[in-house]
Amino acid sequence: MSEGEVKVLGTWASPFSTRVRIALHLKSVNYEYLEENSLESKSELLLDSNPVFKRIPVLIHGDNKPICESLIIVEYIDEVWSSGPSILPCDAYERADARFWATYVDNKFFPALKRAVVSGSEETKRASMAEVEEGVVMLEKLSKGKAFFGGDNIGYLDIVIGSVFEWIKVIDKCTETQLLSQAPCLLEWGARFSSHEAVKDVLPGVAKLAGFGLKLKAKI
Amino acid sequence: MAKSHAEVKVLGTWASPFVMRVRIALNIKSVAYEFLQERLWEGKSELLLKSNPVHRKVPVLIHGDDTICESLIIVQYIDEVWPSAPILPSDPHERATARFWAAYLDDKWFPSLRAIGMAEGEDARKAAIGQVEEGLMLLEEAFGKCSQGQAFFGKDQIGYLDITFGCFLGWLRVTEKMSGIKLLNEINTPALLKWANRFCNDAAVKDVMPETEKLAEFAKMLRGRVRATPTS
Repeated sequence: MSEGEVKVLGTWASPFSTRVRIALHLKSVNYEYLEENSLESKSELLLDSNPVFKRIPVLIHGDNKPICESLIIVEYIDEVWSSGPSILPCDAYERADARFWATYVDNKFFPALKRAVVSGSEETKRASMAEVEEGVVMLEKLSKGKAFFGGDNIGYLDIVIGSVFEWIKVIDKCTETQLLSQAPCLLEWGARFSSHEAVKDVLPGVAKLAGFGLKLKAKI
Repeated sequence: MAKSHAEVKVLGTWASPFVMRVRIALNIKSVAYEFLQERLWEGKSELLLKSNPVHRKVPVLIHGDDTICESLIIVQYIDEVWPSAPILPSDPHERATARFWAAYLDDKWFPSLRAIGMAEGEDARKAAIGQVEEGLMLLEEAFGKCSQGQAFFGKDQIGYLDITFGCFLGWLRVTEKMSGIKLLNEINTPALLKWANRFCNDAAVKDVMPETEKLAEFAKMLRGRVRATPTS
């Protein structure tokens, strides 16, 4: 099942793309990374591989039909390369809990983070910041008492939260907020996560991400 | 697993397609549960607010001391705790496909269905209907690939994608009734039309699928409320 060449279509700035790469690194799977230029037009390969959503990331595995949607891809990777370290927890309740927080990050927290950085409207920014602050408080609470959200090792929720973590730093850098100074456990976890072997080479970097945020803002 | 013997409760409403998913999954597994009906128009119960403080929405599954939220997460949990009569396919690629279409249904298709009822003006209505019909054609094709000639997306029995999509059939039928358009029809979606009937008649489904008439009345009442209530 794990046979076959692996390709990832992604972009350097996308947390969704980053997640897939981290998961492959954790499983020590070799892959070819194909960078899409997110601010310009979409490649033929992308449009062919993901005709429904027309977005990255996409995982192409051998001759199988491409897999789309980052959380779905991460679970696929965990199931196919089952001999590597587990990404999702083994216990059914812990899996449900990890999936719950992952959907919270994707449906609420990250959109608020992005709006706070990119929106031109002061009102939208303020409302989004309130959501971000609420989110940081919840994540701080979740991060207490263990090295990673997955326990002793990086797991599913670490990958999900970790892939958007630098956006929090972008906010602290570009505005006068001190979100992370009020979330010491989360900050420490962030440092552990970012320096992990499977992670360190794929994070965009705060300065570069801040620059990207400005470009997105200008586009709007 | 000793855990599977602990008491099961479902917080929900009779009209919610998301709640229905959970009940169908439990029925498939022959798991007995207590159904606690929320009367959302009277305000949310203490139990709901305590069990789902982040989103304050139904459904919620209470299993012993644990609470699980979000319908698709609950369905997967149920599948993992009670492994007989599997809901998700065993093959990772098929699982990814089922999850993909479930995400499509929740993130794109169902919002486009709801947009028909909320559309203001004929142009907006036509556009919304067009989107739903386009989606149904995609799903017709997906059905062909997933079912491989068998009765359901899950092949010979109801599976994850059947549950995810099937629970929207009540609201689909209400929309058809109110708009006068057959969204599922013999010309564009012949396979889905037949599948819909099989799904609704399945033993795990028929007692929890609300009657279209009742749902239509409920939709009218909701619309009346939305128009009467000033937006905050």
